[in-house]
Amino acid sequence: MSLLKSREAILALAILALLGLIASRFPSFVSPRSLARVLTDTSPLILLALGQMAVILTKCIDLSVAANLALCGMVAALLNGAGVPLPLILLAVIALGAALGAFNGVLVWKLGIPSIVVTLGTMTIYRGTIFLLTGGAWVNAHQMSAAFKAFPRTVIAGLPVMAWIAVAVTAGFALLMTRTPLGRAFYAAGGNPHAAVYTGISVGRTQFLAFVLAGALAGLTGYLWVARYAVAYVDIAGGFELDVVAACVIGGIAIAGGAGTVAGCVMGALFLGIIKNALPVVGISPFWQMAISGSAILIAIAFNAASRREPGRIILKKAEARQLQEAGQ
Amino acid sequence: MQATPPAADGAPVLSLRDIVKTFPGVRALNGVRLDLFPGQVTALIGENGAGKSTIVKILTGIHQPDEGRIIVDGTETRFPTAQAAGAAGVTAIHQETVLFDEMTVAENIFIGHAPRTRWGLIDRRAMRRRAKEILAGIGADLNPAARLRDLGIASKHLVAIARALSIDARVVIMDEPTAALSHKEIAELYELVEKLKAQGKAILFISHKFDEIFRIADRWTVFRDGAFVAEGLMAEATEAGLVRMMVGRSVDQIYPKRPARIGPPALTVAGYCHPTEFEDITFTLHQGEILGFYGLVGAGRSEVMQALFGITRPSKGACRLGDQVRVIRSTAQAVAAGIVYVPEDRGRQGTVKGLPIFQNVTLPSLARTSRAGFLRLAEEFALAREYTQRLDLRAASLDQDVGLLSGGNQQKVVIAKWLATKPRIIILDEPTKGIDIGSKAAVHDFMSELAAQGLAVIMVSSEIPEVLGMSDRVIVMREGRIAAEFTGDDMTPENLVRAAVGIEGAAA
Repeated sequence: MSLLKSREAILALAILALLGLIASRFPSFVSPRSLARVLTDTSPLILLALGQMAVILTKCIDLSVAANLALCGMVAALLNGAGVPLPLILLAVIALGAALGAFNGVLVWKLGIPSIVVTLGTMTIYRGTIFLLTGGAWVNAHQMSAAFKAFPRTVIAGLPVMAWIAVAVTAGFALLMTRTPLGRAFYAAGGNPHAAVYTGISVGRTQFLAFVLAGALAGLTGYLWVARYAVAYVDIAGGFELDVVAACVIGGIAIAGGAGTVAGCVMGALFLGIIKNALPVVGISPFWQMAISGSAILIAIAFNAASRREPGRIILKKAEARQLQEAGQ
Repeated sequence: MQATPPAADGAPVLSLRDIVKTFPGVRALNGVRLDLFPGQVTALIGENGAGKSTIVKILTGIHQPDEGRIIVDGTETRFPTAQAAGAAGVTAIHQETVLFDEMTVAENIFIGHAPRTRWGLIDRRAMRRRAKEILAGIGADLNPAARLRDLGIASKHLVAIARALSIDARVVIMDEPTAALSHKEIAELYELVEKLKAQGKAILFISHKFDEIFRIADRWTVFRDGAFVAEGLMAEATEAGLVRMMVGRSVDQIYPKRPARIGPPALTVAGYCHPTEFEDITFTLHQGEILGFYGLVGAGRSEVMQALFGITRPSKGACRLGDQVRVIRSTAQAVAAGIVYVPEDRGRQGTVKGLPIFQNVTLPSLARTSRAGFLRLAEEFALAREYTQRLDLRAASLDQDVGLLSGGNQQKVVIAKWLATKPRIIILDEPTKGIDIGSKAAVHDFMSELAAQGLAVIMVSSEIPEVLGMSDRVIVMREGRIAAEFTGDDMTPENLVRAAVGIEGAAA
């Protein structure tokens, strides 16, 4: 437990160090306004990473989140074009996203297909569906109503609604993961599926619910994305699912399931978000950006692997044991 | 790696001196010593948490000692990796044998040191031939080309032993090798141990069963709470003396079974069938009763219990709880109906490692510890504390990762978890398998108390003294069917074994 906490502390330090490094050259990057923009830009990543976290905790993975986002975003844009009011659009995309997630979940639960295979398939299906809906056409800014585009950007207490949604969902997830039976079931189902079954927890159902959750968040994010960038087409958020998984991994969500925290997950997303936002400011080419993101992932995985190894080989643990000993334990 | 002939003066082939090993919050080993002699079986005896598993991990290079010396043939050495230990001729046959299910017997025996052809490729023909030789040498009638997952546990043990022989091991560690074996298989294992002795191997034999220690060991070493207590020759040892050294006190009454007031039927099972595992299972369980289920490994006892608990579904048959007919399709329904099952395989089926103790305990009771859909940590803690205290769990804190507990204490967590659901029927599958005498007595005591409180208890056990000592009634299963039922004076070891193996004495 304390090692997990210390890993989050390490991540927080890494983020601060990163910000410090950037600030030493470009002080304006750490101005409140600039940081608020980084948070807003990173909001979609945070939202999807939280959903992905639930899925990964149960020993699954959802590669279809970005396609789900794109499909829901397109549906939101089309509904808006048909004159549907915004609250209904929001409900519709959340429901549609949840349904797409549920489809993944049912295949995993009832047919026992590995989630990576299921979502690799549905990822393509969901993208293909966008093409079928639109024939490949774009929905551009001038085809969207002002209210549709304005909602995510509306500033409340210094932050746009989009960032507030990410903050609210983060808080909700923190509560869900630590204080509800479902959250506990996510950890149990991934930590030891056999024991979970013997405890009366349906592992399949728990995985299903994780997919529904991830799908609903992808649906909501679909609207936010399309409204913020004021464009919808087949390929929006292409490859974004990998960023999402990367954010989880950097955040210390164990890819083998059963371990990880909301704080870690959000910091993983912020870490990636800061890099993405800072590199253009610093004037580093996007190719370096990829290399840096990739290195961050590898370092994070190395950390996770080290903490999963047999106890006794880890310096931190040895030190911890010594402290306990000295404290009279 | 040459096999040294047994030295006349009996110099140890491998010695450990002053070994210290610390884990977070636990000093697992505190300056222990151990000597292993060629051609002799040394029994390592101790309660769970005594440090036996840790010493095995140090001997096999999985853990590094913090302090102390490892001496092989009089020369101090280190085992920084499992390979280094293997190269020094130390090999272990583990409690839960670590082999590869998807590979063949021959591949399992030779993985890591397969014979090569001239081109550097694996010589499969030579591998199968040598595998066959080694298997024949230990009297194992196994097909080298068979896939491991198709074999039973006993056969897997034989493969593990064959693997040990294939690398020309000089020190063979057997960690609870008989835990999952039937009587016939145990007898075969004893023969095998004799063969290994005759070949000059030094054998470290870890077991909780005194009869087998006295049967095959030449020497003994006792650990207690991570410390060395004493060592000596088996010929000069007494059972009572060893037990006293293990527990630091004498255990006189092992089975604290109290006479129970048998109440009305709690569970009636009629004609339960399963396409592959069992057939026509019919019995009645009463309140306040401990019903023993005896049988050889693979007789289908656990499978019946899993069906009662909703993990598998019977293809035919009905079950009545009290006077209601209930169909149990999931474990959640079973728990709701008041049936709980403490599984045999604690590591896999019992605890969720990585979660703290209190969360493991409250996992099936979350509905009770939450309000309006939110968990109340204070109540969870209170519930966990209440039940872990009743079971005398020894842990630094309930916040501790359950994976850091010893086997006996993990078992207590699993039992506490189920008692916290306030069940009416509790099924204990090999409740004391692989746990130390002290914890064993605590579990037995507790079973007795539960029955006295009116709970209906089913105990699946392969240990005859335990079955006879704890049960009011015993059902014996053989090959998926109920072979016999015994009560009162008919509950004798002879009757149980006869029924379990069939009249003609054929083993399963």
